[in-house]
Amino acid sequence: MTDTPMIRMASVEKHFGDLHVLRNINLEVAPGQVVVVLGPSGSGKSTLCRTINRLEPIDSGTIEIDGKVLPEEGKALAALRADVGMVFQSFNLFAHKTILENVTLAPIKVRKMNKAEAEAKGMALLERVGIADQRDKYPAQLSGGQQQRVAIARALAMNPKVMLFDEPTSALDPEMVNEVLDVMTTLAKEGMTMLVVTHEMGFARRAADRVVFMANGEIVEDAPPDEFFTNPKSARAKDFLGKILTH
Amino acid sequence: MNVLLDNLGLYGSGFLTTIQLFVISAIGSLVWGTVLAAMRVSPVPILRAFGTGYVNTIRNTPLTLVFFFFAFAYPRLDIVRLDFFTLACLSLITYTAAFVCECVRSGINTVPVGQAEAARALGFGFTQTISQIVLPQAIRSVVPPLTNVQIALLKNTTIAAGFSVVEAGGIYQNLSERGYDVFVGLLWVAVGFLILVTPLTVLQRRLEKRWSVTR
Repeated sequence: MTDTPMIRMASVEKHFGDLHVLRNINLEVAPGQVVVVLGPSGSGKSTLCRTINRLEPIDSGTIEIDGKVLPEEGKALAALRADVGMVFQSFNLFAHKTILENVTLAPIKVRKMNKAEAEAKGMALLERVGIADQRDKYPAQLSGGQQQRVAIARALAMNPKVMLFDEPTSALDPEMVNEVLDVMTTLAKEGMTMLVVTHEMGFARRAADRVVFMANGEIVEDAPPDEFFTNPKSARAKDFLGKILTH
Repeated sequence: MNVLLDNLGLYGSGFLTTIQLFVISAIGSLVWGTVLAAMRVSPVPILRAFGTGYVNTIRNTPLTLVFFFFAFAYPRLDIVRLDFFTLACLSLITYTAAFVCECVRSGINTVPVGQAEAARALGFGFTQTISQIVLPQAIRSVVPPLTNVQIALLKNTTIAAGFSVVEAGGIYQNLSERGYDVFVGLLWVAVGFLILVTPLTVLQRRLEKRWSVTR
């Protein structure tokens, strides 16, 4: 490969006690690529997502971000995490900060940006995700969909090289799923490198360059979405799609 | 009533010292107790061990013993000469911080893990995560028990009277020397403490109200 992959995982293994959650994971995501990770619950896809910025440490193997091996816990790891945006299933907006403060806090504290500049940038991002008018509210006063859009803006405020999405729409009421997916689709079109763990098949078809299918901690298939959805190779993927796509 | 009016100066200077002892020790114990709580949840094993050891030792030591240490053992160490008032503050801070620590730590446990995870994912280090995200939320949820600890501190200042610091708890000794009815004198001291505790209770209510909105 000529380009350094944005994310590279090689022979990654992880256990939770007796449970072998990640088995020999090898995965590369090229810059600008959007990879959607699918799989039944308990297949290890969330864990995979969380190991990439070391919220979950791994037992063995290598993980590199933009050519740099993930360091041990400490300053170097914090610096690397600043370049990796993450969006959580439960939003995790800072409950004691206003919407605008949520978006500006990390640029000010971590990037040492001055307040005026951070606020201008924060407002632009809130504008982009369509919540600029809620800037002075607290997270609990917003709907789930709005909170998740703020969370995306908060991650983008750090100018990340890559964005990780850990089931970003799973905690949302159905009518709010699309507003979040729309923001993500736009982001994908703009060339952001993304790894998205989700159950949203529509999003996978629409925005993904590749679909990675996991089962029992293993990557079972890795294919372009059209190929994966129309012609899955493994029995486990067929079974999974059969359960999901019939209704 | 005469007891109070005749000795207004004595009551005044006594309660003034009590207030000084309390304000200094309250601020000191809140700061030191919060630092201890941060140690107890830190990823560094030595800090965690220190925090745990400190709390277990100090919390189980009677306050009078802590005072004895600072009043009699500390001067023998010949480090820095301190007056009795400063030593009394140090005793109260040392003792109260252990309780503040446990209060704050229970508050930390109420903050969802996701808050700290989100902070770490944005590139915050441990100190930033704890000071910017976790502690502000933790302290909000422990205002009532923290107020309890501070009220206990206010009353504990009376022990300083036994160690040559003339504060409200020592008023009755002076009164009995002057030949007044000590019982009535003590009643007025109790009234004085009631008056001192009231602003704390009001402050607690204010803080609870203000912070409940932002959740």
